[in-house]
Amino acid sequence: MHLMIKTEHLTKEYDSQKAVDDLDLQVDLGATFGFLGPNGAGKTTTIRILTTLTRPTSGRAWINGFDVVREATKVKGEFGVVQQHLSLNRELTVRENLDLHARLHHLDKAERSDRIDELLDYVDLLEYADHLIDMISGGMKRRVMIARALIHRPRLLILDEPTVGLDAQTRRRIWDLIRRMNSDGTTVFLTTHYIEEAEALCDRVGIIHQGHIISLGSPLELRRHLGLTTVELRNGGNNTEYRYFPDRTTAAKYVQTLPSSAENIVMRESNLEDVFVELTGRRVCE
Amino acid sequence: MIVMEAYAILWADLMVLKRRIGRYLTTTLISPVLYLVAFGWGLGRGISVDGASYFEFVVPGIIALTAMNSSFNGAGTRLNVDRLYFKSFDECLMAPISHLSLLLGKAMIGVVRGLISSIAFVMVALLISPTFSIGPLFLVSLLITCLAFAFLGVLAALLARSHEDMATFGSLILLPMTFLGGTFFSVSQVPAALKLVLYALPLTHSSMCLRAAALDQSFPWVSLLAVGCFWLVFFIGCTLVLKRASV
Repeated sequence: MHLMIKTEHLTKEYDSQKAVDDLDLQVDLGATFGFLGPNGAGKTTTIRILTTLTRPTSGRAWINGFDVVREATKVKGEFGVVQQHLSLNRELTVRENLDLHARLHHLDKAERSDRIDELLDYVDLLEYADHLIDMISGGMKRRVMIARALIHRPRLLILDEPTVGLDAQTRRRIWDLIRRMNSDGTTVFLTTHYIEEAEALCDRVGIIHQGHIISLGSPLELRRHLGLTTVELRNGGNNTEYRYFPDRTTAAKYVQTLPSSAENIVMRESNLEDVFVELTGRRVCE
Repeated sequence: MIVMEAYAILWADLMVLKRRIGRYLTTTLISPVLYLVAFGWGLGRGISVDGASYFEFVVPGIIALTAMNSSFNGAGTRLNVDRLYFKSFDECLMAPISHLSLLLGKAMIGVVRGLISSIAFVMVALLISPTFSIGPLFLVSLLITCLAFAFLGVLAALLARSHEDMATFGSLILLPMTFLGGTFFSVSQVPAALKLVLYALPLTHSSMCLRAAALDQSFPWVSLLAVGCFWLVFFIGCTLVLKRASV
């Protein structure tokens, strides 16, 4: 099977602290892959290595078969990236930002203006083309960044927290955009804090914790591994106990064994967030 | 290829400049004109230096310091903002272009701004006293001065970890040079020990070249070479820092 992203023993140390630790990752061509992990798990460092901004301490990584260190220039043509923070030149207009990116990717003049119009239409921003970046809303800025990442027709789109800080409507709009790009043949690699985002978009997710992958599979596979049904026991309001069962019948049997004094029992389908929390620990780590 | 890539980067900075050219021309002329009024007219009336009137002496010095400040800030401040504030410099680093193109492109806006500012000031000076000769040697000296300081600006911006770092760099390096770099007094007038220190400043050599060319004195080729060497050193510095930056 042809791989879009592959890493082998990828490690990055900062002052002997391992941000990424022996990471092995494989993302298939055409997949929508969700890269999940708590704060500081190594997601952004991994993206910085994949996008050639940071060099690994050891190990190797390839994008579409090109080594990110040795063939950096080729790699740069293979991916488009939407960074976590805003990275637009705010003293330029929407169109100028896209134009700069197109020039940096060696598109010629005629191709540039066609491609920019096409993408502005794709992200629904044609009428804002000549607005300065500071004049448009946060959701529009995010869409400009997506359009910019797509200009050179990359085969891989990397999105680092694509919907952070956006309202629900805008987020769904960006989800649709991501689905559309994927169905147009682009491999999508995204990190997110919103687990439901990964559940909604990704056919495969990898959970990273303290620098390495601790779980990998489709959202359903991961849920099945934990149990498809969750029972929540809310003890006195400030402490909730979670239990997982393969199906509703087993869960219901368990609920019947509980003392009749037990209140506030919720039985529901498990979700990816349950998997995430069980695997990475319940404590909030920073 | 390199030219096209560098131009792509310059293009973006030109668009920003175009949007504010009126404001830019006004603000860039304020400090050189103030220097001219305070030192050229106010202080220097009746003084003569090296056989020229102080006014004639000081104008090329002010041109040199204008070229220095505008090229340094033109390249340095833009890059600093792109890198630390807009974070759009990362996008350039992730584009399939060489580091050489990237550095050239980022420095060129400093050269453009430096040339615009100094030429605008030359025009003002010519209006007041049309005694200067603006020949090829003058223009070459001006261009090399702008190149050297634009790359120094890029170097400072690549090293800076904050906006304050840039201001610190300005106060520690540029401000002393503004006053000491052969701009307001002749280096030949100072004691030998200080002379040595002053010759270590790139601006001293720029002032000497620009002054000799503007006043038709014998041209200090060694100084032009010195400015060229500073340019080379700053350029190599940029290359090394950029290479180290991708860690």
